[in-house]
Amino acid sequence: MVEWLVNPALVVMAGGLLAMMAPRAWLGALAVTLPALGLMLLWQLPTGTYAPATLFGLDLVTIRIDGLSRIWATIFHIAGGLAGLYAWHVRDRLQHAAALVYAGAGIGAVLAADLVTLFIYWELTAIASVFLIWARGTARSYRVGMRYLVIQIISGLLLMAGAIIHYRATGSLAFDHLGLETPGGWLIFLAFGIKCAFPLLHNWLQDAYPEATVTGTVVLSVFTTKLAVYALARGFAGEEILITIGATMTAFPIFFAVIENDLRRVLAYSLNNQLGFMVVGIGIGTEMALNGAAAHAFAHILYKALLFMSMGAVLYRVGTIKASELGGLYKSMPLTAVFCIIGAMSISAFPLFSGFVTKSMILTAAAVEHHWIAWLVLLFASAGVLDHSGIKVPFFSFFHHDVGHRVPEAPWNMLAAMGTTAFLCIAIGVYPAPLYAILPFAVDYAPYTAAHVITQLQLLLFAALAFTTLFRNGWYPPEVPALNLDTDWLYRRLAPTLLARIRSVTGDSMEALGTLAANTGRRGLALTRRVYQPDGVFAKPWGTGIMTLWVAALLAAYLLFYFG
Amino acid sequence: MSEKPTSTGWLERAGTVNGIVYTLWALCALLIAAEFIYHKHPYFGFDGWFGFYALAGFGAYCVIVFSAKGLRRLIARDEAYYGEEDDG
Repeated sequence: MVEWLVNPALVVMAGGLLAMMAPRAWLGALAVTLPALGLMLLWQLPTGTYAPATLFGLDLVTIRIDGLSRIWATIFHIAGGLAGLYAWHVRDRLQHAAALVYAGAGIGAVLAADLVTLFIYWELTAIASVFLIWARGTARSYRVGMRYLVIQIISGLLLMAGAIIHYRATGSLAFDHLGLETPGGWLIFLAFGIKCAFPLLHNWLQDAYPEATVTGTVVLSVFTTKLAVYALARGFAGEEILITIGATMTAFPIFFAVIENDLRRVLAYSLNNQLGFMVVGIGIGTEMALNGAAAHAFAHILYKALLFMSMGAVLYRVGTIKASELGGLYKSMPLTAVFCIIGAMSISAFPLFSGFVTKSMILTAAAVEHHWIAWLVLLFASAGVLDHSGIKVPFFSFFHHDVGHRVPEAPWNMLAAMGTTAFLCIAIGVYPAPLYAILPFAVDYAPYTAAHVITQLQLLLFAALAFTTLFRNGWYPPEVPALNLDTDWLYRRLAPTLLARIRSVTGDSMEALGTLAANTGRRGLALTRRVYQPDGVFAKPWGTGIMTLWVAALLAAYLLFYFG
Repeated sequence: MSEKPTSTGWLERAGTVNGIVYTLWALCALLIAAEFIYHKHPYFGFDGWFGFYALAGFGAYCVIVFSAKGLRRLIARDEAYYGEEDDG
């Protein structure tokens, strides 16, 4: 038997291939059982590195099991299976195949012990996941998907360029601590930062996730960004710059989330804010902080998926997810409402819910290391989470004023997926010991102290009190249909406008342009001759890393100019 | 969107809503009372001030909500701004 085939990632991805051929009635079962099989295989593998492979003369190690990779691979399998259950009713082969290949690639990337294997799976997550956006089948989803894909591929190319430069500098392709001391390290950091939705690099997330299919958004919410968090924890733990980046990430999406009308986009901003907590933990880099980041990623994947599932169920039944067109759905979809509230309380970190036992590890680690500014920002952000995910999402969809939608409750499989996920959210909150047991380091932390419970309840309930006071006085901003500008404005509006201006100036005089082209052509020919002659620029050996960077730059230019 | 006659659900009655709000006030009062009984171990000093977390929660929430109006003026546009309205 070929050893590298015994890989949970390949098991799950094989499910994707099966989904392209199997009878449609089996698709749901495939989407649940393959991740379950992968999970069983994962836990059969003892700690260590396995499955060496050779690619173009490079020695790869495709599986590494240790504390960090195991917890991530575990939650990826669980979430993949739950998302499969949620999508049980979907008869579209492509969506099931894309979801399974995407999940498998995410798992493979987390298990990868070298940068080449990481790169391969990194790009595969991009390519597989875009089909979950395109599967919506609208002209808009096509354009959004293209934007998403270009940015994801740029991230991959930066990773490749960084890996090559890192390899030439150190002679090692191992995916261990990389640090920011080398140019290669910085490129890889940037690649991870794009997928992790760092501030100013974040907007692909809010652009793309809300435009995917009902079930596709749930899958998307799980893998790409948390893979990036894992990669940062593996390669850049303890880099102080991550504390600043992470704290910024927790704070700024809150303001966008408050005024956003599309509730799945609110959740996308909220996702960005939650990633910030994990990034701060990685930046602090102590054992408690890294445990906190891992635990929070685990809990977050579940409650965020649960929230996206509940909003997906609303979109599926009602046909819209705009807050301004929703309200009163607790009458039609009471179970979905309950599950949504459980997700909301988990993300808000109420005692007895999962966020309470995980997020606090990161805040405590920040406090222990005397990062008081970051700590205050995280506290502020915790109140912000209560607003957009704790109150706004459930309140404006299920309560507020009844706008008259009378729809059936969500299908059985969606309810089963939401019920199971909700159960896990509460189970982790009530009994965190099993989760703490699989964290990367030994846990020396007790979440349920009188001080922690009381201070957290004070924070949350007084914030809720602020909501009721503001809302009843008419000071809470009403939900109105609108589009909010974010950094995507740069490539969706500014660049195309500039380009159109240039075109309108040059377009008037096509003749001049023709002459210009002819002259340029002649000069170009001469230049080409010069650079390709034996001692020309192109005759010299070029670093592959530099070439990859150029491809990334070209793709970025494409992003700027194509979407005019 | 088809507007159908709506029935007033139990959660929309003024009595229920008031009940929820008064319960919240009562819980908040209890949490302030709790300030006198639990043992604090502040990390920085300021986090041990009386009612620090309560004030932080209330204050942060107000800041976020009041920022919305200004932010909307700055970045909110018509849904068709990019020419990519919902098409299905």
